Amino acid sequence: MTLLEVDNVVVRFGGVTAVNEASFSAEPGAITGLIGPNGAGKTTCFNVISGLQKPTKGKVRFRGKAITSMPVHRRARKGIGRTFQRLEAFGSLSVRENVRVAYDIHRGFAGIIKPGAADVDALLERVGITAYADERADSIPTGTARLLELARCLACDPHLLLLDEPSSGQDEAESVAFGQLLKDLADEGRGILMVEHDMDLVMSVCDQIHVLDFGSVIASGTPADIRASDRVQRAYLGYSDVDTDAVEAMTAVGSAAGVRLDDTTDTAVIPAVKEGLA
Amino acid sequence: MSSLFAFTLLGLFTGAAYAIVASGMVLTYTTTRVFNIAHGAFGMLLAFTFWDFTVRQGMPTLLGLALVLLVVGPAIGWFTQRFIARGLGEAPVSVSLVVTVGLLVGLIGLTQQIWPPEPRIVLPFHPETGYQIGDTYITFHQVVTIVCSIVVAGLLYGLLNFTRIGTAMRASVDNPELLKLFGGRPDTVAALSWAIGISLAALGGILLTPTVGLDYFALTLLVINAYAAAMLGKLKSLPLTFVGAMGLGIAESYAVAYLPTDGFLSTLRPAIPALFLFAVMILMPQAQLRIGQVKGIVTAPVPPLRSAGAWGAGLLVAAALLVAGLSTANLLLVGTAATYAIVMLSMVLLTGYGGHVSLAQFTFAGVGALTYAKLEEPNLFAVVIAGLVAGAVGALVAIPVLRLTGLYLALSTLAFAVLMDKVIFQQDWAFKFNGTLNAERPSFLGIDLSGDAVYVWTMVLVFVLVGIGLLAVRRGVLGRLLVAMRDSPSACGTLGLDMRWFRVGLFGLSATIAGVAGALFAGLRGTVGSADFLYFQSLLMLLLAVVFGVTSVTGAALGGVALMLMPVWQADNPEIAGVLFAIVGFGAVALGRDPNGVANHLFKLGRRIRARFEPQIRERLDGLMPKGHVSSDELAAAGAADVPLVSVGAEGKGEER
Repeated sequence: MTLLEVDNVVVRFGGVTAVNEASFSAEPGAITGLIGPNGAGKTTCFNVISGLQKPTKGKVRFRGKAITSMPVHRRARKGIGRTFQRLEAFGSLSVRENVRVAYDIHRGFAGIIKPGAADVDALLERVGITAYADERADSIPTGTARLLELARCLACDPHLLLLDEPSSGQDEAESVAFGQLLKDLADEGRGILMVEHDMDLVMSVCDQIHVLDFGSVIASGTPADIRASDRVQRAYLGYSDVDTDAVEAMTAVGSAAGVRLDDTTDTAVIPAVKEGLA
Repeated sequence: MSSLFAFTLLGLFTGAAYAIVASGMVLTYTTTRVFNIAHGAFGMLLAFTFWDFTVRQGMPTLLGLALVLLVVGPAIGWFTQRFIARGLGEAPVSVSLVVTVGLLVGLIGLTQQIWPPEPRIVLPFHPETGYQIGDTYITFHQVVTIVCSIVVAGLLYGLLNFTRIGTAMRASVDNPELLKLFGGRPDTVAALSWAIGISLAALGGILLTPTVGLDYFALTLLVINAYAAAMLGKLKSLPLTFVGAMGLGIAESYAVAYLPTDGFLSTLRPAIPALFLFAVMILMPQAQLRIGQVKGIVTAPVPPLRSAGAWGAGLLVAAALLVAGLSTANLLLVGTAATYAIVMLSMVLLTGYGGHVSLAQFTFAGVGALTYAKLEEPNLFAVVIAGLVAGAVGALVAIPVLRLTGLYLALSTLAFAVLMDKVIFQQDWAFKFNGTLNAERPSFLGIDLSGDAVYVWTMVLVFVLVGIGLLAVRRGVLGRLLVAMRDSPSACGTLGLDMRWFRVGLFGLSATIAGVAGALFAGLRGTVGSADFLYFQSLLMLLLAVVFGVTSVTGAALGGVALMLMPVWQADNPEIAGVLFAIVGFGAVALGRDPNGVANHLFKLGRRIRARFEPQIRERLDGLMPKGHVSSDELAAAGAADVPLVSVGAEGKGEER
């Protein structure tokens, strides 16, 4: 059974359409990538799935049931966990306490009677942040805080993990270890939907990728399909309605005109276009 | 039929003035995200300024009006934005509420100091001119009011839609960061909107003065009317705010016309804005969780229970020595301080740990006192019931928060406090109009507590027990959850916590503590009345709690003593009564950004002293004394002895679990 289905979701803020009839899905036991240029509506999609944003139109189904109008906390109880692009750690609690809060919430009153301190430490160990356990959460490095958010999420034992740029702030070695952790989590049967700019990570761990541009899904497929897709190339280069040859020609012209390729995000940075989009 | 027309028309005139006040408030809120509770107070200050210009100094009305609206008002608005409100929009809601409550109290104090209480008459514009429409007589002043509101609406519409800066203002409503990226200057926009906003408060205040009187408090409370009107447009839409203001004006006018002139319903008129507010609020759609956490919250250290117990015992011994030698009058003062301190403990739970602000905390104490006096059962049971009733009322008040965010909750508590103060407490079944009730001192478990010294000491004991209870809560599951909800509500939501009922429960628990304090207070005084539980007292209490530290039990103790001393100082020096309010108010404005307050500075001082002297002491006493006791004894010797309950040395360990 499909774990998550996003069906024709539209989100409008005033006059701006952030998500435009987007449809995509995520499977259990698999890692699904959600990629696209900045402002493509990826985080807004996450907000719609987790319930922090009401869609203007469209439906979200989780494990076959419609959850479109379900409050945030009930979706979480159904097994949707998420991390945040702009960090939402509990800053004035320690790293260990952050995870304990998640445990307390997940276990309800049972947690008051029998604290699960060992479980908390096991989770910290698993994501590899034991060294920071007693630090205040607002004093740790960004990459570590992202892992903390993941650990906190795992404390609630979710069926679906929504990870919003989980690897930013990590160096290359950490990123490789993180990729392995994601694969392990998927092997446990959890579905993972991940927004990520690190293309090496996305291409190496994802089973399925959806590409968003201007709020619409412009391509879906395996990493190999996505690599080969003309539309994706165009979206990332900022051109549209031109054929592949023209793109190549214009890329040549572009590089002469100061367009450079950003290696970390695999996007072309085009000064004029970028300003226009901001 | 014609009387319906007449009262509708009259309602529209009042509504027009409300619309002017409310539109100024909405403008400042939408562009800077600071809800200015002192909006009415600014209008009050400027109405007095207008009186000073035109009546005392004898300026022509138009010149006085122009000076107030075009020079003094905008200048004050600009100054306030520049030096007080700047950056408040990004601060936690509780901080911006405390700062603007500080402004409110400070402005009342300032105005009282400049223009001491005396009868002042402000005539309407051209009082002798009027017009007959059908069988309705309309004064020139009413025509001016409605013309002003139309002009204000037109000017605001033009400003927002057809000027560059107006477009920038609308943009800053949606996203100030984006505005900055596009080269707009949010500071200019903010300063301009505060200048206009304060000017509109002044205009509305001046237009309403002939009706409500040149009164420090009545004009200040116009903020509730403005808030009620603005709620219809979710504090954002100016057209809906105008509609809301007109609706409120008409509702008030009909209340005059059609409510019976005696009995319970006749007393409802002053409550119309509050009732209107609650009605609108219940119809509001569910608010969404806000993403984007509040950064940089510093929390006072949480001591381990053992040292808290030690400090509590120390405080009790000190209190026992103190009460043994005091006169009855002074004993009553100590008891009052204990009452205030217990109510402030309820704020430590709600505001310090939970991040919610209540502007009605002393009103809950009033509910407790009323319940206790009415029960006429002087025992522990009655005190408990009083607390529970206050808790139930508190939970009821917090129901709007099920749908809305903390800002709305805080503002409705202000409306609730005024409603209780002006209407409910005055009822015949309550304290009666300007009346009092008698209350006997309770006996606990058969122990007679009617002696002054014993009773006061018992109140200190209750403070210590509640304080230790709070610290236990803070260190446990509940405390962690409270802090987590304060730090990031959206993360709590996505972890599966339903915060709505949790918050209602928190509010109820906090009101229960306040209610117990109120019941004890009733026993202490022997007679209590509505005059003991004015809404203004809750505002002062919040400010002093924040100044002395609303995140620690120590802060509550210090704040309680300070609040008790305030009226004593004012009675001794009546000529500076206003200044004292101003100092407290503006002090809170200055210190409001750090809710850990004075207490936390004491902790830091204590830590420094300890770091300086502990090694030497330990060396000298090595082996003579058990470890751990050294530091607290040394602290006591070093002058931090009056800091009860919170052991400074415990900070590191306190964070562990």
